[in-house]
Amino acid sequence: MADTTQTAGHGPGSGSHSGGDPTRRDFIYLAAAATGVVGAAVTAWPFIDSLNPAADTLALASTDVDLAPVQVGQSITVTWRGKPVFIRHRTPEEIKSAVDVNVSELRDPQTDAARAKKPEWLIVVGICTHLGCIPLGQKNSDPRGEYGGWFCPCHGSVYDTSGRIRKGPAPRNLEVPSYAFKTDTSIRIG
Amino acid sequence: MAHGPSSSFKNPVVNWLDQRLPIFTMIQKEYGVFPTPRNFNYFWNFGAIAMIMLVTMIVSGIVLAMHYTPNTNLAFNSVERIMRDVNFGWLIRYIHMNGASFFFIAVYIHIFRGLYYGSYKKPRELLWMIGVVIFLLMMATAFMGYVLPWGQMSFWGATVITNLFSALPLVGQDIVTLLWGGFSVDNPTLNRFFALHYLLPFVIAAVVFLHVAALHVTGSNNPLGVEPKGPQDTLPFHPYYTVKDSFGTVVYLAIFAAFVFYAPNFFGEPDNYIQANPMVTPPHIVPEWYFLPYYAILRSITFDISIPFTGLKLIEAKLGGVIAMFGSIAILFILPWLDTSPVRSARFRPIFKKGILAFLVAFFLLMYVGAQTADAAWHLGGLEIPLVYVGQFATLVYFGFFLSLPFVGLIEKPLPLPASIAKPVLGGGATAAGAAAKPMEKA
Ligand code: HEM
Ligand code: FES
Repeated sequence: MADTTQTAGHGPGSGSHSGGDPTRRDFIYLAAAATGVVGAAVTAWPFIDSLNPAADTLALASTDVDLAPVQVGQSITVTWRGKPVFIRHRTPEEIKSAVDVNVSELRDPQTDAARAKKPEWLIVVGICTHLGCIPLGQKNSDPRGEYGGWFCPCHGSVYDTSGRIRKGPAPRNLEVPSYAFKTDTSIRIG
Repeated sequence: MAHGPSSSFKNPVVNWLDQRLPIFTMIQKEYGVFPTPRNFNYFWNFGAIAMIMLVTMIVSGIVLAMHYTPNTNLAFNSVERIMRDVNFGWLIRYIHMNGASFFFIAVYIHIFRGLYYGSYKKPRELLWMIGVVIFLLMMATAFMGYVLPWGQMSFWGATVITNLFSALPLVGQDIVTLLWGGFSVDNPTLNRFFALHYLLPFVIAAVVFLHVAALHVTGSNNPLGVEPKGPQDTLPFHPYYTVKDSFGTVVYLAIFAAFVFYAPNFFGEPDNYIQANPMVTPPHIVPEWYFLPYYAILRSITFDISIPFTGLKLIEAKLGGVIAMFGSIAILFILPWLDTSPVRSARFRPIFKKGILAFLVAFFLLMYVGAQTADAAWHLGGLEIPLVYVGQFATLVYFGFFLSLPFVGLIEKPLPLPASIAKPVLGGGATAAGAAAKPMEKA
């Protein structure tokens, strides 16, 4: 308050007084403004974070699947976190075509071994990495694109038998969820 | 305390009120005697029409909200119940559904009017920018409204559009999760979209108020684009334009009513009468018609943008599409500074006039391309033209129009401008101009 009398005659914006030296008043302005900004951010955060997934949404995190009934060449779709997961029991030809790829030519380079824990089982999230449509190819009668994997009807992305992006606008390979084999024929996703 | 400005209304109640809160004086000033250019054509009706449509949307929306349930298990059926069981529910929903389309038609014409007659130029830059804000808010509102009935298009439209944000580097996926409130479009998403869909129209109403307030500072532009020079150039808003606006509104509402009663699903997609199924994407996803041009621009960027000869990717196709799409609207914000010509109306700008017509054609072409499948093509004789190329060409024209404006302003030779609104140029001859200036004639 003592400052008030000293700087009387300068308007409220006394930070712009002619002398170059910072005054106590300048310091108080800055400190008050900084505290205000931090306070506003701290107040805003709970409101913003409340829009993030809630605890019960997060709790629906894992799904168990029995693979025994799935024949070679067959695919099934299971739900995990509200998303489709594609499980394909790959044929030897499909495995071969997935392995025989020059990885460095891929848009999102990954070997088949890095994507499938057991070569005969390919497990990927069935959501196109472009804008989130569900690609076709789970039924043998579906269009699968020229690499024998999946074809996204929305904007024409083509995935191979390892779920890797080969053509079209999608930037990344189909995501491999975290999963573990509980026995030889059953898995837990998530 | 002394009374404010004295009011002289005949009705003593009005007088009493007005001395304490001068709203009647304000209405009188802004809508009664407000001096308005005398030469408006029917393009100037669409602001008033858009305002009526906003009110229509709010009234029908509030009644719908009293019957609607924002829950993924119940939403679709609650809308079907509105259609079948609620008294006049079918009418109210069809008004709301088609009202959105007619709101956009009015606003598109209103915006095009502004482009054609140069209404965005000094001193109306801020007025124009506030208008672009209204347009953006409308798009957000309509997008979220379309999600509410929870049909297949609702769900997959929401999925594709929210996924656009995943293209942003680093924070993209976190933003998408934040928008969804989960790992996909789901119940939390529907709930927040309903809350925002209820809120935003009132925000729009507030911004419309600012838009009109700014308009009443600068006054209206007019088809000649020359400012009124005095009382001989203007008319009082009432009764001249209250009547003209009412007439235009009634005609417009009659067309609107024809759609509501006889073709209520004309603008809709049959797939949206199938309940949302997160496990099956419909074979052909299309947004509402008013988003089609921007959707086509999004899909036109099918190539990565790299630094030449290094193979270093700067912007991958997905992000490029998103940037182009938002850029196509963001560019409207800087339009007042892109256009370097001092002449407003396209009537006196031969090059600009051609440019804006090309722009209009490109806009409709994009609208058409946006409605087709991604791999569609035109077949002309033996020639196959993939529509992606058509879309890319139209995108080029769209942006080319705006980006060429600084140069057009420099090289263009405008036609002679009339000295005032009351003295329009006839056929460009200087003598004819004077001869045509009988003050009481319409331009
Ligand atoms: C700017 C104004 C508005 C626009 C552009 C707009 C747009 C839309 C659209 C496109 C739909 C989907 C219609 C359909 O296909 O079924 C919709 C639905 C809905 N809107 Fe609005 N709306 C607006 C204002 C409001 C307001 C103010 C409310 C409530 C206070 C509201 C409540 C609803 C409800 C409950 C639905 C779901 C029922 C249905 O789908 O018919 N809307 N809105
Ligand atoms: S969402 Fe699959 S290609 Fe666009």
